[in-house]
Amino acid sequence: MDLRFTDEELAFRDEVREFMRTKLPEKTRQKIIEGRHLDKDDIVNWQRILNAKGWAVPNWPVEWGGQNWTSVQQYIWLDELQQAPAPSPLAFNVSMVGPVIAQFGNEAQKKKFLPRCANLDDWWCQGFSEPGAGSDLASLKTSAKREGDQYVVNGQKTWTTLAQYADWIFCLVRTDPAAKKQSGISFLLIDMKTPGITVRPIVTIDGGREVNEVFFDDVKVPVENRVGEENRGWDYAKFLLGNERTGIARVGMSKERVRRLKELAAMERDGDKPLIEDERFRAKLAAIEVELKALEMTQLRVVAEARRNGDKPDPKSSILKIKGSEIQQSITELLLELVGPYALPYQPEYIEDERWNEPPVGPEWAASLAPGYFNYRKVSIYGGSNEIQHNIIAKAILGF
Amino acid sequence: MDFELSEEQRLIKDSVERLLADQYDFETRKTYMEAPDGFSRELWGKYAELGLLGLPFEERFGGFGGGPVETMIVAEAFGRALALEPFLATVVLGGGLLRHGGSDEQRAALLPKIGDGSLLLAFAHSERQSRYHLADVGTSARRDGRRFVLDGAKTLVLHGEAADKFLVSARISGDRRESAGIGLFLVDAGAPGVSRRGYQTIDGQRAAEVTLAKVAVEPQAVIGKPGEAFGLIRRVVDEAVAALCAEAVGAMAAMQELTVEYLKTRKQFGVPIGTFQVLQHRAVDMLIALEQARSMALLATMMVAEENEAERHKTIAAAKVQIGRSGRLVGQQAIQLHGGIGMTMEYKVGHYFKRVTAIDTMFGDADHHLAEVGRAGGLVEAK
Repeated sequence: MDLRFTDEELAFRDEVREFMRTKLPEKTRQKIIEGRHLDKDDIVNWQRILNAKGWAVPNWPVEWGGQNWTSVQQYIWLDELQQAPAPSPLAFNVSMVGPVIAQFGNEAQKKKFLPRCANLDDWWCQGFSEPGAGSDLASLKTSAKREGDQYVVNGQKTWTTLAQYADWIFCLVRTDPAAKKQSGISFLLIDMKTPGITVRPIVTIDGGREVNEVFFDDVKVPVENRVGEENRGWDYAKFLLGNERTGIARVGMSKERVRRLKELAAMERDGDKPLIEDERFRAKLAAIEVELKALEMTQLRVVAEARRNGDKPDPKSSILKIKGSEIQQSITELLLELVGPYALPYQPEYIEDERWNEPPVGPEWAASLAPGYFNYRKVSIYGGSNEIQHNIIAKAILGF
Repeated sequence: MDFELSEEQRLIKDSVERLLADQYDFETRKTYMEAPDGFSRELWGKYAELGLLGLPFEERFGGFGGGPVETMIVAEAFGRALALEPFLATVVLGGGLLRHGGSDEQRAALLPKIGDGSLLLAFAHSERQSRYHLADVGTSARRDGRRFVLDGAKTLVLHGEAADKFLVSARISGDRRESAGIGLFLVDAGAPGVSRRGYQTIDGQRAAEVTLAKVAVEPQAVIGKPGEAFGLIRRVVDEAVAALCAEAVGAMAAMQELTVEYLKTRKQFGVPIGTFQVLQHRAVDMLIALEQARSMALLATMMVAEENEAERHKTIAAAKVQIGRSGRLVGQQAIQLHGGIGMTMEYKVGHYFKRVTAIDTMFGDADHHLAEVGRAGGLVEAK
C-alpha cells in the first residue's frame, strides 16, 4: 500500500498545473473565483485551448482525440483543472453525447459530429427530462413518429441546461408507444435550428438563467440522425449515465472553494478579529475539510479500483455523488454565513454581466455568495437525485 | 497510488482473521471477559506464536519489522472480533514508547518479551483533570540524586490491572499544561509505592486507576531525555489513534453487515423489513459513513510514518474526527434498525456500538480533534 503518486504521475501533475497556470485566461479564472457567471465565449475559448493541446476529450477513444490515460491521470487532470479553477470541458459534449456517438454511432455520424463536438464548434444540450419524467426518466412521452426517412417529433423537454447557447440537442424520444416503458425509446440528434423548436427560459431561485424548457412541435428529424438502433435508446442513455464515474465528486472544485472561503474568512472581521479566528466558524470549516479529505480518499480508492477493473462502471460512484454534492452545498452554506448581512442585496447584473461596471452594494466578493447558495441546492437534485443514488446503492451494493 | 496489501500482509490478515473467527464467537468472548484479567491469556500466547505481538519491532529485537499497515490489519481484525486482549496497551502504546524512545539496552531487554507474550505493558498518562490535553501532566518527578521520585495519580490506564510494567509520564519541570518538562519512566507494577485499582470499562475492556506514592525510579528506567518526552508521547499517541481508527472501522463494518443481514431476514407486515425504502436508505447512510471512515483510517495509517510532525498530527486528528462521527452514525443506526433486539446485552450489535463509542472518547473525541484540525489551519493547503 502506497498512497503517493508515482514520479511519472507527479511529473504529469506538474505539466497539467503549469498548463492551467499559463494557458487559462485570467479573466475566466477570476470570474470563477468570484462566482460571477461565465458567458458562452469564456467556455468556448477555453475548450478550444484545451482541444488544441489534445486535452478536451481525454476520455474518448484515441482515434477521436482521446488520450488513453490511466484512471489516475484522468483524476489528476480533472483535479488540477478544477483547482485552477478552470471551466470543465462542456459535459454535454465531452462526457455525454460524444462517448455515445463514439460507441454506438455509425462512421458518418462520428465523422460529422465528433471533431466539432470536441472543439465546441457545436454546443450540445441534453433532452432527457420532461415535466412528467424526472427521476422516473423512462416514463418520458416526447414522441417521434417515423414518416419515410424522417421522424416527426412532438413533446416537451425540461431542465435543459444552457439550451440558449446550444446548436444541437440529444434527445430521448418514444418511437414505439406500444412497447414497455424502457424498450420503446430512441436516441436522436436534433439541430436546434430546425423549425418547430422553441426554447423558453426557466429562472431559478438564485435569479439565474441556466435551465430551459424546450418545446417540439412537428419537428422533422432525418432518420440518419438516430444513434444506433431504433428502440434501443435506453441502453445508450444508461451507458451515458454510467460514464460519469469519479468526476462527479468534484473534489478539486470543493478544494478551490475552501481556499476561497479561507481567504475571505481571513479578510472579513467580526468584532475585533477575523472570522477565521472564531472558534465556531473554524470548527464548521474544519468539519467540511475533514469530510472533503475523506471524500478525496474515497474517490482515489474508486479510481484505483477502476484501474484494476478495466474501468467498468462502479456503483460506488453513487457514494461520490452523494457526498460530493453534500460537501459542495455545505461550502456554499458556510460562504452564506460568512457574508452575513451582505447576503441581502440582490445584484444579478453584477454577477451575470461582465460589462457591468457599477460598484456593488457591500464588498465586491459578497454579491455572488447568496445566489451561489441558492443555486447549489441543484447539485443534490440533478444527475440522479441523492435519493435515487441511495436506491442505486441499496440495490447494487447492499443487495436489497 | 496503490491501496492493495502485499502478499505478506494478506497472509497476516488471513491468519489473524482466521484465528479470531475460530476463537472469538460471541459466547466465548463472554468467558474471556469474565476471566480475572478480562481477556484470554491463552489467546495472548497464540498471538505471540503467530508473531502478532512482535509485528512492529525490528528483527534484532525479535520482531518482524512490520509497519503501520501491519498494525492496521491486526487492529481492524480486533475491531471486527471485539477482541479484548491488550494489543493496543502493550504493543502499540507500550511497545511504541519503547521502540521510538527507549535506549538500545531498554529495547533489547523488553521488546523481545513483548513479542513472546511474557511482558504486558500499560501507559499511565491521563489524570483526573487532563481530559484530552496530552501535555496536562500533574504527577511529579522529583530528582533525588541520580534517581527520580514519582508522586501522583493516573487514571483510565488501559489494561493497567494486568500490566507487569507501567510507562508513567510525570512532570520534571514547568507548569502543569506545558509540553516541555515531561519525563517518561518505566515502573514495575509491584514497585514500592505503586497501587492500582482495576475495573471494567463501558465496552467490556479493562482499565485501572494507578497511584504513585514516592515511587523511586533508577536512571536506567528513564525513557529518553528527562523532560523531553512530550514529542515521543504525541508521536506514539498518534500511532495509537491510527490503530484505533482501524479498529473502529472493523467494528463499524461488522455492524453494517449485521444490520443489512437483519433487514433482509426480519419480517414484519408479511415482508422482510429491508423492502422498506426508508430502512434501505438508512443502511446506505451507514455504508457511506463506513466508507468515509475507512478512507480516513487508511490515510491515518499512511501518515504514521510521515516525517513532518505537524502534517502527521493534523491528518491523524482529522481521521479521528471522521471515525468519531461515522462511529456514532453507524452505531446509532445499527441499534435503531435492529429495533428492540439491538437494545439487549445478549445480542452482539450493541457491544460493537459500545466499543466505537469508547474509541471516540479515547485520546480525544471528534470535537477535540476538530479543534486541532482548525488550529492547524485545516487540511486544504493554500496555493
